[in-house]
Amino acid sequence: MTQAMRIDGGMVDRSRTLSFSWNGRWMTGYHGDTLASALLANGERLVGRSFKYHRPRGIFTSGSEEPNALVQLREGAAQEPNTRATTIELFEGLNATSQNHRGTLAFDLMAANDLLSPFLSAGFYYKTFMWPKAFWEKLYEPLIRASAGLGRLPMQPDPDVYDHGFLHCDLLVIGAGPAGLSAALAAARSGLRVILADEDFVPGGRLNAETHEVDEQSGADWAAAVTAELAGNGNVRLMTRTTVYGAFDHGIYGALERRTDHLADAEDRPRQVLWRIYSRRALLAAGATERSIAFGNNDRPGIMLAGAVRAYVNRFGVAPGRNIAVFTNNDDGLRTAEDLSGKGIGISAVVDTRQGNTVVDTIGRGGIRAIRLGDGRRVEADCLAVSGGWSPNVHLTCHHRGRPVWNADVVGFVPGGELPPGMSVAGAANGTMSLAAAIREGHGAAVGIAEDLGAERPPGTPAKAADESFAAAPFWQVTGLRKRAWVDLQNDVTTKDIRQSHQEGFRSVEHLKRYTTLGMATDQGRTANVLGLALMAESAGKSIEETGTTIFRPPYTPVAIGAFAGRARGKHFRPHRLTPSHKWAEENGADFMEAGMWLRAQWFKRPGEKGWRDSVDREASRVRKSVGICDVTTLGKIDIQGRDAAEFLNRVYANAFLKLPIGKVRYGLMLREDGICYDDGTTARLSESHFVMTTTTANAVLVFRNLEFARQCLWPDLDVHLISTTDGWAQFAVAGPNSRALLSKVVDDLDLSNDAFPFMACAECSVFGGTPARLFRISFSGELAYEIAVPARYGDSMIRALMKAGEEFDAVPYGTEALGVLRIEKGHVAGNEITGQTTARMLGLGGMLSRSKDAIGLKLSGREAMNEDDGMRLAGFRPVDRSVILTAGAHFLNPGDPADMAHDQGWMTSVAYSPELGTSVGLGFLKRGTDRIGETIRAYSPVRDQDVLVEVCSPHHVDPDGVRQRG
Amino acid sequence: MRYSALRILKEGLTGNRGWQPVWREPEPKPEYDIVIIGGGGHGLSTAYYLAKEFGERSVAVLEKGWLGSGNIGRNTTIIRSNYLLEGNQPFYEFSLKLWEGLEQDFNYNAMVSQRGILNLCHSDPQRDAFVRRGNAMRLSGADAMVLGPDEIRRMCPYLDHENARFPITGALWQPRGGTVRHDAVAWGYARGADQRGVDIIQNCEVTGIDIKDGRCLGVETAKGPIKAKKVAMCAAGSSSRVAALAGMRLPIESHVLQAFVSEGLKPVLPGVITFGAGHFYVSQSDKGGLVFGGDIDGYNTYAQRGNLPVVEDVCEGGMAIMPMIGRARLLRMWGGVMDMSMDGSPFIDKTHVEGLYLNAGWCYGGFKATPASGYCYAHLLATGQPHETARSFRLDRFRQGAMIDEKGVGAQPNLH
Amino acid sequence: MIINHPLLGPRDAAEFVVLGDACLIDRPDGMNSASEEMHDYAYVRDNPAGEHRELWYHEQGDRSWLVVTRSTLTHDVIKVELARDVARARGRSR
Repeated sequence: MTQAMRIDGGMVDRSRTLSFSWNGRWMTGYHGDTLASALLANGERLVGRSFKYHRPRGIFTSGSEEPNALVQLREGAAQEPNTRATTIELFEGLNATSQNHRGTLAFDLMAANDLLSPFLSAGFYYKTFMWPKAFWEKLYEPLIRASAGLGRLPMQPDPDVYDHGFLHCDLLVIGAGPAGLSAALAAARSGLRVILADEDFVPGGRLNAETHEVDEQSGADWAAAVTAELAGNGNVRLMTRTTVYGAFDHGIYGALERRTDHLADAEDRPRQVLWRIYSRRALLAAGATERSIAFGNNDRPGIMLAGAVRAYVNRFGVAPGRNIAVFTNNDDGLRTAEDLSGKGIGISAVVDTRQGNTVVDTIGRGGIRAIRLGDGRRVEADCLAVSGGWSPNVHLTCHHRGRPVWNADVVGFVPGGELPPGMSVAGAANGTMSLAAAIREGHGAAVGIAEDLGAERPPGTPAKAADESFAAAPFWQVTGLRKRAWVDLQNDVTTKDIRQSHQEGFRSVEHLKRYTTLGMATDQGRTANVLGLALMAESAGKSIEETGTTIFRPPYTPVAIGAFAGRARGKHFRPHRLTPSHKWAEENGADFMEAGMWLRAQWFKRPGEKGWRDSVDREASRVRKSVGICDVTTLGKIDIQGRDAAEFLNRVYANAFLKLPIGKVRYGLMLREDGICYDDGTTARLSESHFVMTTTTANAVLVFRNLEFARQCLWPDLDVHLISTTDGWAQFAVAGPNSRALLSKVVDDLDLSNDAFPFMACAECSVFGGTPARLFRISFSGELAYEIAVPARYGDSMIRALMKAGEEFDAVPYGTEALGVLRIEKGHVAGNEITGQTTARMLGLGGMLSRSKDAIGLKLSGREAMNEDDGMRLAGFRPVDRSVILTAGAHFLNPGDPADMAHDQGWMTSVAYSPELGTSVGLGFLKRGTDRIGETIRAYSPVRDQDVLVEVCSPHHVDPDGVRQRG
Repeated sequence: MRYSALRILKEGLTGNRGWQPVWREPEPKPEYDIVIIGGGGHGLSTAYYLAKEFGERSVAVLEKGWLGSGNIGRNTTIIRSNYLLEGNQPFYEFSLKLWEGLEQDFNYNAMVSQRGILNLCHSDPQRDAFVRRGNAMRLSGADAMVLGPDEIRRMCPYLDHENARFPITGALWQPRGGTVRHDAVAWGYARGADQRGVDIIQNCEVTGIDIKDGRCLGVETAKGPIKAKKVAMCAAGSSSRVAALAGMRLPIESHVLQAFVSEGLKPVLPGVITFGAGHFYVSQSDKGGLVFGGDIDGYNTYAQRGNLPVVEDVCEGGMAIMPMIGRARLLRMWGGVMDMSMDGSPFIDKTHVEGLYLNAGWCYGGFKATPASGYCYAHLLATGQPHETARSFRLDRFRQGAMIDEKGVGAQPNLH
Repeated sequence: MIINHPLLGPRDAAEFVVLGDACLIDRPDGMNSASEEMHDYAYVRDNPAGEHRELWYHEQGDRSWLVVTRSTLTHDVIKVELARDVARARGRSR
């Protein structure tokens, strides 16, 4: 098919013909076309179906406000639902299909809904589908959902990448129409750093769509000349295809730049860039959006906003019809007729409401063929250009607290007070509707801003243009209609729905919107809202001012979710933190698990091991029998120094720390101010004024933050300094009866005998002939054990050297799973026990809470409900049938009691298979647990289909007297 | 007027001209037995149950703006009872049961849709916690299942099962969880209350609370003074401001929670899905929009809007679990002001002033609580006794050390 | 949002962690205060609609705790101080 509706003129490049596919049919257009203009050039009028009634719909606008022409663009994983044909730039091979129909676009089976429309009026679904009750999920809702939505998700991961970027400027100009260009030019000449952003791919705004002259040249040529000057100014960043979608706090604007959407192949470049623009000032010059008039069957394909008709004719060289009628309430609409006759396109009627003329109905099922006038005459027309006036694009002025106000001269809402700080508005967005005035206002605003910001170079003078008439008389709807008249085209909201909304009491603007769904569609009602409000005001017999307006929220136009996410997806969702022995662990069969951002080895698989349990059992057994090595670098490490370091620790730990001797380590229990256990760890005293604290892996960042809070805000004059050294030291646990023998080969000149270096000793030392190290004799496994730390850069060498030194003992590396087994066997608590809901008494550590000092949390730890004698206490558990594998999360019940919350006795927190004991063992909280050792109770876990008897025992399953760790 | 398919048929055939106002627009009377401050979901449901279940005949709801203008219309519409703690679980289960019979009860289709809620987990400790929680739910009579990765893959093949930074290791699944059309809840309760004689007075801000000798006598409003035997504060988001009128300071901070909706898409998500290694939860409405949210912005605010870092964080969470939504567009974002309490749980209680009551502190879980909150508050107002499922929601629980801290993060509101 | 750090100049709010009301500086002494005082300190807040003094921590920066005076209605930042200075001015020392 040739481009039958193509006419002369416009800004398309006729030397570059592009082929594209529409619903499987190949057509051609030109470079510079949008999909919409190319479809119109090919005579395609029917492009979509409405949401509710599945009415045939055509292209209605020429911009991002398009309610009708939404298409599914591209194929496969790259397909993009709900894309406005009016904003898609044509590219070679473009593939688009229509949406929201069953059967073909021309014969949509769902169009039957239209016949039922009397029963589908506003909010009908709130009044039915209630009987019988069970039918909602089974029948009614599936039917509703089957017809819901417009486009389809691709159901495959988005193949594109998105970038995030940050920009700074003195002045952000939003919109490159006459006001924006004029402002950007003046600001740039003044020497300001300017960003000029426009959603279109060609700057100029309405200048490209109209036949106005500026500075004695065509508006489009003037825009091109200004653009060229701006592009040559090093202080200006000219951003086309960029939508400023939101105004956020403190001069920060969100903008989306579409980098490759207009290309057939992105060639791995980012599809879009989400910019955060930090501006000192912003000037909104976003223009205005035309709106329709409510008359009978005003939604047919071929009915188009008058400004869009001019855009297609003047900018794209496309005739939307051969015989066009015009229906307007303003002088701007009348200009359509002039432009059409200038191009030799037939005009069948000009209907001006100000002369008492109206269009009452239109004829033509799949597309308009004729109109019926108020006097009953039928006039043939294959296109109807409608203008109900223009609504200033005030959206961004409302993103904080601003409320637009009604301006009767403009017949529209203009920016009210309380604009986002730093924002001003110029041109049509400000209700300054004539071209010359908009240019002057843009210029003047920029000059004012430049002065405010101290720019000194001359801004030049504003361009000259005619002050064309914009006279408009409010006219919202043709009354006495027998046919439906649409207000919101996409969501099928008609004038009747608005009347009914009023009738039923949904009279506040927000109620109207929510009840009828006016303005809730993908176009956010940009062509519909003001008309809807005006009709509500008429129904209520109130003025539009009294009726009010809804406010606008970001984004100005919808933004891809992928763009907001940027590169933080897949494996890059969050950074990885790797332990110093990670590479070695990878080489040695480690299986890794996530511990927050960290990747930790959870076990090391050896040949012949069938499942993880084989590996873990082996590792745990070797530790108990000989020696094992585990990377514990992830534990938080905080270096604490200063004359008052001991005093500081004494105030942040619930147990006493003042008198910890040099060369000793102490277990510390940290509470939150509310008295709940927060974190635990060991703190070593290396010298009078130097301590090293360890925290759990999970709380490393938080504990440091809290300590800084205490240091800076609570006791600002204590002489104490903190630095996080978690990443500075590689630390390894060396645990098991042979740990001393192994470390004796490693550590230089330090007597490791039990007398010289007993349990809970610590020292600064060196290893392997001079590498600095710290040695702590602490044990999480309950065995004779040490932790040895070296500067992180030696971590990889250290694990290799330790393993080599351990060969004679058949030393094993062990992972977090074996670590867990060992600590559960020993009854040490961890994150599963310290949940942020646990008191020291629950853990059996009530005795540690000092009564003779003030420390964080001590005061509130004494509250009544936290100290009940029949409260939860930590206990150990073993299955009565030793072959049973216990379940963490099981609840405890007394045998014979009903299984309900009233009889709940506690829960199992942690379980492990103990190779030492040859049975599954558990830790848990049980009411009065410490007094119930020897009892048999139920461990009930319906979500795991488990209900077993367990024996209550000491939490210290292995070596309850702690002989081994002291040996 | 009773709603039914027959009524729609009749009205449809007669030009839809017979529909009547869903509520009256009365002027306030000089005196009521009970005045409720706040015409949001909880205030309206309180009024409804006061009239319907407790026979109160003299009740007014005073709303500063338009009814339902608070968080009832600014949430992600999720209902569930998947709570862990004894103080919470029975209450939310009671609420879920009320949801299940709500539409027939108030003759308004709020589209209570029990398509299930799936809470994903990504580590062993998280899974252990879900087992504990699932078991607690079962002990309380709620429904719960713990699913493994294979079952999740069958149920939601489009989740990122291959390339995730935090692989999915399991999920807590509550089939009775789901979504409700949020505005319709306000409208249904308002209509039901209005029909039973409750005066709902819009654009009537309360500017003072009249207290004499430790007794509450009524309120000052934009429409003049109104006497009341009992005054019930119910203005989540603004609780501290209202309570300040009575000289009270609350264990609450106001924070903004943003929520988001995408353009309409053909439905693919069955129910609600939540991410366990980041802040993201999502469902798909009956119109096809993906409705999703994440964490609060974190700073105190009364502005119903948020900032970009959280928007990006939420979308990152979305892309992390379902990378097929990358090309769907975010259509609208908005913010609701939340009463963030000191343990993440609410208050339904008397105050130290006789005749003055408080319903507050719902954090961002207030929507699902709407029916039970109203019912229990009505119970307290009418009988003077707390409802059995809401006994723990005491205002003085921090003095006792009886926190109801589901997340275990302590007295820091922006962490709940 | 942008926080004008007294030492480092304007910084994006995303570099910070917010704790809450700056009244958390006024911690009662645990040995010499009534339980009620500690309860109010830990749990009760003014939560004003308007000017609010609050604690921000520059975690992705110099680890200063700041007291930011900010409107909870408009988000305008009125003043930013080092929390240590504020604490000292409020009589806190050792």
